[in-house]
Amino acid sequence: MSVELAMFIAVSALAIAGGIGVVIASNVVYAALFLLLSLLAVAGIYILIFSPFLALVQVLIYGGAIIVVVLFSLMLTRQSGEAGNLDVKHKPIAAVAGLGMLGALVATVVATSWPESAGTEPVGFRELGAELFTRWAVPFEIASVLLLVALIGAIVLARPGDDPESGGNAPTADSGDEA
Amino acid sequence: MIELHHVLIVSAVLFSLGVFGVLARRNAIMILLALELMLNAVNINLVAFAVYLDPGLIVGVIFAIFVITVAAAEVGLALAIVLRLYRSRSSVNIDEVNLMRW
Repeated sequence: MSVELAMFIAVSALAIAGGIGVVIASNVVYAALFLLLSLLAVAGIYILIFSPFLALVQVLIYGGAIIVVVLFSLMLTRQSGEAGNLDVKHKPIAAVAGLGMLGALVATVVATSWPESAGTEPVGFRELGAELFTRWAVPFEIASVLLLVALIGAIVLARPGDDPESGGNAPTADSGDEA
Repeated sequence: MIELHHVLIVSAVLFSLGVFGVLARRNAIMILLALELMLNAVNINLVAFAVYLDPGLIVGVIFAIFVITVAAAEVGLALAIVLRLYRSRSSVNIDEVNLMRW
């Protein structure tokens, strides 16, 4: 067994352990921190399969930005008691669905004969930048517009005041408008 | 040497964990976390196929960058909706949000 494979198994085990933590943790903050562990381990996988730029992006965006936003919203939506129960009642059905998915995917991967792996060169930052700003320039600009729209949409949605849904026929609808 | 199918199996495990999490959780933020796991599994697949099957062309890596961008936009919007929901229902459990269910 080569050194790369041993390192790959180690970071993969970390990623999968983090993933298991995300789906079974009974505390929301622990689940978010397990997700952070899993995302950082996935950054390690990116380095091992020759994509250092993606590893960098992964650590900066997921580890730096998304986890912080998630932790903030967990802080703002704290619940306790019965409402704080995180799982649905039909958990076994979900487990069967997840295991079925896993079985189907692994069976497909094992049954397919993959061609000899050829790539061993790291994906260079220079080529990536050149490609991104020439051939993929239009999608790149569209992505920036998408981010702007999402930003404005999030501000409009989360703004306090003018709460239109105080009517509605849900049982808890009248208890919660504090705006 | 890391073979392609090793990477694919790891990503399959992560994706299935995400599927289980989305189906088994009732807290909207927990569902979002499981969704992030699935998006990461997809990214691993894209990068692995790009590096192993198509060396020299880096389309898969570009796609992964766009997936990360869209995931960031999605998380921002979804958490704004969750905050809105919490303000009007004092709860973020999706089984209590039945206004649009018939």
